[in-house]
Amino acid sequence: MSLIDLKHVSKSFGPLVVLSELDLSIEAGKSLVVIGASGTGKSVLLKHIVGLLKPDHGEVWFDGVRVDQVPERQLMQLRQRFGFLFQLGALFDSLTVGENIAFPLVEHTHKSHGEINKIVAQKLEMVGLPNFENKMPAQLSGGQKKRVALARAIALDPEVILYDEPTTGLDPVRADVINQLIIKLKNELKVTSITVTHDMASAFKIADRIVMLHEGKLIFDGTPDEIQRTDIPIVHEFVVGEASKEEVAALKGDEHSQP
Amino acid sequence: MATWVAEKVGRDTLGVLASFGDFSRFVWSALGSFGRGAMRWKNLRLVLPQMYEVGFKSVPVIGITGAFIGMVLGIETYTQFRAIGQENRLGSVINLSVVKQIGPVLAAVMLAGRVGGSLTAELGTMNVTEQLDALRVMGADPIRVLVVPRVLACLILLPILTIYSDMLGVLGGWLVSVKSLGIPQEPYWRYAAAAVDNWQIFEGLIKAMFFGCAIGLISCYKGFTCGAGAQGVGRACTESFVTSFIAIIVLNFFFAKLAKDWYVAIYGIRGIFG
Repeated sequence: MSLIDLKHVSKSFGPLVVLSELDLSIEAGKSLVVIGASGTGKSVLLKHIVGLLKPDHGEVWFDGVRVDQVPERQLMQLRQRFGFLFQLGALFDSLTVGENIAFPLVEHTHKSHGEINKIVAQKLEMVGLPNFENKMPAQLSGGQKKRVALARAIALDPEVILYDEPTTGLDPVRADVINQLIIKLKNELKVTSITVTHDMASAFKIADRIVMLHEGKLIFDGTPDEIQRTDIPIVHEFVVGEASKEEVAALKGDEHSQP
Repeated sequence: MATWVAEKVGRDTLGVLASFGDFSRFVWSALGSFGRGAMRWKNLRLVLPQMYEVGFKSVPVIGITGAFIGMVLGIETYTQFRAIGQENRLGSVINLSVVKQIGPVLAAVMLAGRVGGSLTAELGTMNVTEQLDALRVMGADPIRVLVVPRVLACLILLPILTIYSDMLGVLGGWLVSVKSLGIPQEPYWRYAAAAVDNWQIFEGLIKAMFFGCAIGLISCYKGFTCGAGAQGVGRACTESFVTSFIAIIVLNFFFAKLAKDWYVAIYGIRGIFG
């Protein structure tokens, strides 16, 4: 049974059509990876799921609630069931690492200071950054920021975690640490995860199912094994990281035209 | 050409109206958040750091400008009053100007420059780095968490900073008039006390509250709606100061008119030479 449903979702920004009549169902407890070229609306798709953006047409459902029509106050309650890892972490730079992770707990629970500190330490331990509570975000590396942001995203033990390009900008080893964390969260906490990425190595590692967005529509929906065997040219080129013949020809044409 | 001009005027007018509509909605949301548990400790704890930023850190700049404006008033008015043999009444005009107009307006302009720009830059950077979205996704209301504490800090502290600015303005005027230009102490203060009553002081303080509220709301709104990148944040900071400055001047005019009408209706006309 699906936990999240997008039905005929369309979204445009001015003349730019980002999502067009998109249909997607996401099952509870599964790991879905959304791939696609830059600017194809992957992050826009994630933002629709948590109601940060509203579709021009279509419906977005989460656990029987229509996210795009629910009043803002109810939406704020609903969002507590989500964790969201932003591409650049989006840590509050005026707060320490500990305060960042404690933020959702202070906002939404009545736990004591001691209990909150214990949870913060536990989440930091989970992402492999013990005793980082008193550091400021500016003192962290890119990979550490993402891990702290992940610790904050799981502070309330969400049912669904949305990852927006979790491994972008990280070296292969740090990227793999993030992959392992995503797998660990899925296995240990049984969370539903939706990951937007360009990183195919990461996608193969973490996905139960992969979908590809192209020009606002889904052009592939299958397992990691199926995507490796696909004969759809655009999908194949993306998976193997190869430019199309037309793009290569255009580049050569540019070279010839240069003085 | 005429069609082009008409189109441009129409487009710009619609743009201004749309911005005003957005700002009104923003203010409405902020007012709603004030009503919804703003006085709970969870929310009040967010105000204290802002009060430090807005209030404590503004003390030197507001003190210096207040004192020097008082001194300049003394220097500029002395020759005019002396020419008509009324230099003993200098205290009335300096203190009345400082308490009613210059103190509140100057403190507000300094706050708009020092704090308003910094609020816009802070919230604008949070906007472009997705920190506002992060707040929303965590089920928190950015207006309650970020806007209400900042507006409250401006609203509470601008009247206090105005009192401070008034005091130093009065002190600066006294220093120049009495200590430097040799006006006798007793008539200077006697005329000052006759001209400045509680009404004048509270008029300055009440309008300072409105100025503070306007600076806080405009600065936060500009931060929340700033464009992408460093250029967007920079532009928002400039717009924030310019809009706050215009708001202060326009509000000041309406307050001056309203307060004068009420004062005359209650007490009648009182002149400084009367």
